[in-house]
Amino acid sequence: MLRDITLGQYYPADSVIHKLDPRVKLFATLIYIVSLFCFKGVAALAVATVFLFGVIKTSKVPFKFMVKGLKAIMILMIITALFNLFLTPGEPIFSFWVLKITKEGVSSAALMAIRLTYLILGTSIMTLTTTPNQLTDGLEKAMAPLAKIGIPVHAIAMMMSIALRFIPILVEETDKIMKAQMARGADFESGNLVKKVKSMIPLLVPLFVSAFRRADDLAMAMEARCYNGGSGRTKMKPLKYEKRDRGAYVLVSGYLVLILLCRTFLPWPM
Amino acid sequence: MSIVLEKINFIYSEETAYQIQALKDVNLTIEDGQFIGIIGHTGSGKSTLIQHFNGLMKATSGTIYFNGQNIYEEGYHLRDLRSKVGLVFQYPEHQLFETTILEDVAFGPKNQGLSKEEALQRATEALKSVGMPEELYNQSPFDLSGGQKRRVAIAGVLAMQPEVLILDEPTAGLDPAGRDEILDLVARMHRERGITVILVSHSMEDVAKYVQRIIVMNQGSVMYDGTPKDVFHHYKELETVGLAAPQVTYLMHELKERGLLVDTDATTVAEARASLMEALTGVHSARKDFHVC
Repeated sequence: MLRDITLGQYYPADSVIHKLDPRVKLFATLIYIVSLFCFKGVAALAVATVFLFGVIKTSKVPFKFMVKGLKAIMILMIITALFNLFLTPGEPIFSFWVLKITKEGVSSAALMAIRLTYLILGTSIMTLTTTPNQLTDGLEKAMAPLAKIGIPVHAIAMMMSIALRFIPILVEETDKIMKAQMARGADFESGNLVKKVKSMIPLLVPLFVSAFRRADDLAMAMEARCYNGGSGRTKMKPLKYEKRDRGAYVLVSGYLVLILLCRTFLPWPM
Repeated sequence: MSIVLEKINFIYSEETAYQIQALKDVNLTIEDGQFIGIIGHTGSGKSTLIQHFNGLMKATSGTIYFNGQNIYEEGYHLRDLRSKVGLVFQYPEHQLFETTILEDVAFGPKNQGLSKEEALQRATEALKSVGMPEELYNQSPFDLSGGQKRRVAIAGVLAMQPEVLILDEPTAGLDPAGRDEILDLVARMHRERGITVILVSHSMEDVAKYVQRIIVMNQGSVMYDGTPKDVFHHYKELETVGLAAPQVTYLMHELKERGLLVDTDATTVAEARASLMEALTGVHSARKDFHVC
């Protein structure tokens, strides 16, 4: 049951996108998000669509997986679309009681829906093709200059990767304790709110105890291997840009230029 | 009165990249009052299998009958099943949560709907049977030693007075004395209360010494199912799947190869000793004082 929850939902596959440096993917995702909110016109939409589906195709992640992420924000999308549909002032094409739909409303609702869909699909490519650890590695390296102004970049990155690393372990532990208590007749589902909260005690107490025990063990194991913070620490797999990463940077920059060109010269019809 | 598994299949994370078939067409009948050992290397499906016995996991396909009733039928009370089929997980001491030992052990009986007095009564009995000294009953379970914690956790399941007791590696992480204590306790439960006991273990010695029937799991299916003698007869095949027969079995085979007429079916130290004595006294009848232990 709980086993099915995955954070970041990394999908292992052998593709160019998977092999890209996480910094490239972070940067590209950022550029892509910016492009979604500044494009204008059908031409730009076409460029964004081709780019998005091209990347999805190369990533070798089944489209089914991407759509899963969309389901979660379906309600948000419907509400946003409805608000845009009914509350945009302009030339009315249909009205009923206090509700009226305008031409501008229809186009902005459609645009909003497309933007949100593309946003989720685009960002999920990053999380599906990058392991959480790679992601924090990338963040650490990309943020490294901030260490000069006193921000503990390494510590933050280390905390993030430990936290991410422990999520599946704690999920598994929760599952195990839950089962052990269910084997002793515990009931986590029925009853009113007070009863439900009370029934969590047999789950939460052992979970906290084990979380502290694991934290202690980990701290000890890290110290036993002479871990003493970030300065001077080398990596087993240091991030290094390769040819394909440079290529990807060029491609993404080209994409942004194209979107901006479309925006300036072909802003029709939006 | 038995547990019958028919064509049980179980698949983890079905239809994803991480799909694993943990159980493959498992057919088993667990008769009442048996003492059964389940062995298999890590990932062979032992733990998944035992969680099907009390309905904690639902098979992807197949049926399980407990005392003739289909447990997957609509309206079947899985909670009743769980109080009849007690399951002690690996490292059961990790499930302790109450403020006192007595309260913790009484958690199961309370969930069965017993009154507080009855539940405490059952808890006291269970703690007595696992040999916990009475002056510890009102202590916090977190203050106990590892072996004591484990005994309290086992008492937590015993207090529910199950008809079938399943233990998943109850001796993992214990020293030899703690291990013998737990196994003797389990054997006594089986002898005195006549309950069915299913013991999941890595240790061939433990299994050979206590159980009447061994089920060997390999890659999600039942590889062998029989008496310890029958199963350990295949010690060469067991090795190919990462298991082994008890040390004495190897010793007996080696001795036989070198010409001593011993019984190679001996699976426990006691049996081996008897067979050795016989062989030795037969061969060297003059040396009656020869000691073999």
